[in-house]
Amino acid sequence: MTKSTPRKRFKLSVVVDHAVLIIGSIFMIAPVLMLLQMTTMPDLINMKTGPILMIGDQLDDNFYKAMFKADGFSGANTGMRMLWNSMLLGLGFAAGKIILGMMAAYAIVYFRMRFATFAFWIIFTTLLLPLEVRILPSYEIVQRLGMLNTYQGLIIPLIASATATFFFRQYFRSIPEELVEAARIDGAGPFKFFVDILVPLSKTMIAAMFIIMFVYGWNQYLWPTMITTEENMFTLVRGIKQITQALEGTNLPEYGRANMLALIAILPPVLIVIFFQSWFVKGLTESDK
Amino acid sequence: MKRAAFTHRWIPILLLVPQIAIIGIFFYWPAIHALRSSFYLQDPFGFGETFVGMSNYLSLFKSAAYGRAAIFTVGFTLIVTFLSLGIALLLAVKADKVLRGAKTYRTLLMWVYAVAPPVAGVMGVIMFNQSWGPLSDFFKSLGWDFVLGVHYYDTAFAMVLIAVWKQIPVNFIFFLSGLQSIPKSVREAAMIDNPSAAGRFWDVTFPLLAPTGFFLLITNITYSLFDTFGIIDTVVKGEPGNNPMTLVYKVYVDGFRGNDLGGSSAQSVILMVLVLAMTVVQFRLVERRIHYT
Amino acid sequence: MAQVSLSHISKTYPNGFVAVQPASFDIPDGEFVVLVGPSGCGKSSMLRMIAGLEDISGGDLHIGDRLVNDLDPADRDIAMVFQNYALYPHMTVRKNMGYGLKNRKIGQAEIDRKVTEASALLNLDDYLDRKPSQLSGGQRQRVAMGRAIVRDPALFLFDEPLSNLDAKLRNQMRIEIKALQRRLGVTAVYVTHDQVEAMTMADRIIVMNAGRIEQIGTPSEVYNRPATTFVASFMGAPPMNLMDGHIDEGQTCVGSLPLAPAHTQTNGTVTVGIRPEDIVPDANGPLSIDVTLVEELGAHRLLHGTMGGQEISVHVGKDSPITTGEMRVSLKPNAISLFDSDTGMRIA
Repeated sequence: MTKSTPRKRFKLSVVVDHAVLIIGSIFMIAPVLMLLQMTTMPDLINMKTGPILMIGDQLDDNFYKAMFKADGFSGANTGMRMLWNSMLLGLGFAAGKIILGMMAAYAIVYFRMRFATFAFWIIFTTLLLPLEVRILPSYEIVQRLGMLNTYQGLIIPLIASATATFFFRQYFRSIPEELVEAARIDGAGPFKFFVDILVPLSKTMIAAMFIIMFVYGWNQYLWPTMITTEENMFTLVRGIKQITQALEGTNLPEYGRANMLALIAILPPVLIVIFFQSWFVKGLTESDK
Repeated sequence: MKRAAFTHRWIPILLLVPQIAIIGIFFYWPAIHALRSSFYLQDPFGFGETFVGMSNYLSLFKSAAYGRAAIFTVGFTLIVTFLSLGIALLLAVKADKVLRGAKTYRTLLMWVYAVAPPVAGVMGVIMFNQSWGPLSDFFKSLGWDFVLGVHYYDTAFAMVLIAVWKQIPVNFIFFLSGLQSIPKSVREAAMIDNPSAAGRFWDVTFPLLAPTGFFLLITNITYSLFDTFGIIDTVVKGEPGNNPMTLVYKVYVDGFRGNDLGGSSAQSVILMVLVLAMTVVQFRLVERRIHYT
Repeated sequence: MAQVSLSHISKTYPNGFVAVQPASFDIPDGEFVVLVGPSGCGKSSMLRMIAGLEDISGGDLHIGDRLVNDLDPADRDIAMVFQNYALYPHMTVRKNMGYGLKNRKIGQAEIDRKVTEASALLNLDDYLDRKPSQLSGGQRQRVAMGRAIVRDPALFLFDEPLSNLDAKLRNQMRIEIKALQRRLGVTAVYVTHDQVEAMTMADRIIVMNAGRIEQIGTPSEVYNRPATTFVASFMGAPPMNLMDGHIDEGQTCVGSLPLAPAHTQTNGTVTVGIRPEDIVPDANGPLSIDVTLVEELGAHRLLHGTMGGQEISVHVGKDSPITTGEMRVSLKPNAISLFDSDTGMRIA
């Protein structure tokens, strides 16, 4: 019996694979680490040397400043306030999208309507025009309706797109029809069917959608920039504009505070995406087919 | 196939009204408004408007600034799409392959999805800071005197880098998902049929990823066109000037800051047509490609 | 064409689970061996170790003269037919069949010749330019086999290839696969959970249970002289009757009923095995069975009842007049198998 060359237990290709992945991970995470480092140093040093390989002691100091100090004229845009606004925007947007989307999808899928296809196409066309393209007229209309600098003005116009409706429509279509027939035999009308059967079945989908929509809403930049001029309505992400201006104008740029705000701005969405990874990935990959 | 359904008349209408009402007010009305405004020239003092037909569109085609923005947009889109797709594919293939630590790598590579574009822009601005930015220093050591916000191509380079960084996670997630949906037995059959791992990838894995790839292509183009607004705005620090900008950013700059509603609306309409064309292409292509299952 | 030799082959997963306990057997060149057993018995792990799709935890595997433990699947000169066919969805039938050859630097003319040959053998000529999604299950199965045949390997491996087909197609394909293997003369290892497939197709059967080999033998050996109670109850449908008994003064007894002289020295309790068809209705027979249910199976009948207080089944012809109630029977010669009541191992 001849012996053939044994495969090395220690394969070079496996080392290469891990190296590639490690480099990629470092590339992804380095900028955040940089921000974090700068929040630990006094602004004087940050101004002179930028990010360096040292950790200072200013972390809680900068955190305090970020959360409770405001720049601007009214003193209203503290980190706390902006955090609150971001939370409202994210939650409101996600809730609005899901509720409206589920209702509309329910109507389209489970009812015989003469105008079903027409309604479908009306909703579908909204996928063709992102907000950025109709930004100015949207602003004018919101202004005319007196919705500038309000939460409604922030949230409602963003809901005017079909993504959630589509997602739920697709999901509802995948649910066996026999359920509706069984429900009718059991005497459940459309309302009961929706509340007692459909919604519980859709729990994972709702969770997935909620995560994606919350992140989307929280991260909105252009729209809040345009329609909120009062500082007490700023969201964290909208506040970034102030941050970059703060870094330019003043004599001692407040890097510590600015970077801390940036970190706070990304922390909640990132944490949600990490902790609810499987739901998030599921929602993402299933919603765009 | 007839679906089981309720026969109530008014309930579906009631259910649809909120969605359609919002869409009507905040989508169709602005869209039609933009279309209409593109044919008018607004008096800068707000005293009315004059119908000018296609004049807004024509002046766009003659405008050097518009031309530059258009060229930048095309180049930017191509480079960002190509790089973020390529890098994400490489990472996805490796993440799919390794046995140990797969979950950790996935988490580390996908979390950036949740970072808001303007924050990515801010990070980039710091990294390219003139005096001490780590990346500026790095390029200086290579002999490239990097000045963000002044040198056109330096700024463009930074924008591309940040945009790619931001877009890799999404592509990574989709590619990984696509890879994992290829039946294990098909890959094992390939292991028996082909001794070369690279050969297996190009002959079997890559073609089966094609539907995902096409979908991502369209998504990435859309991203480069629209979702990079936050990055561009932060990198130019709110002072567009002579900096590179995408067509979408120019819509904002001309309309909101330059008060040229007519010209800005015309730009919007052109972009609308572009997106419409792309969506049609996407549906045609994607429909044709789904035939393996 | 080659013989396969397994020496103390075992498989343990990283979490500690032992899927296959050390097993040794040889497969002579050209033999059709079937690995059969219930889900989770380790038969698929065994097959996949031979294929190279799983690492071998211990022992040596030889295909032909070569020690192949560390060789990649593509280097072992094997071909495999998967349960769900595993055809390349984006390639035509022709390309699917030719792919394995293309990567081995075989000229296009030669590839075309081999594909044409295999296609004729399997009646695939009309489908060569179709994609797998356009074929039925049976046709896809044929393409999977064509892909294996074209490679002209030293060893064919089959992983439950018929499980996804309907019953009629399954019966037909059983015969075709066996005929094909005979004709080509290639050594084959076939995995299934269906004991009928094992009985009809195998030159030799390897019965596995919970990671262990229970018995290796020809279908006839495994059926008539099962080595353990597991093999006795797994092989054959209806299964062998297994009853608690004991040996008393040289007689095998069930309850207080003496059945036959016991050809063994053991005393005490035993498990008694008798095949339903080895019990014959006999008006003058020495034994009595109380029949409670008659199962009509068309070609024959199965009578269920009790003897000596324990359940027993008897196989009778379709015209048998017997109904419920008492019936007298006798046993065919050598009908009884004796097993140790604790270990289940065969005693006699």
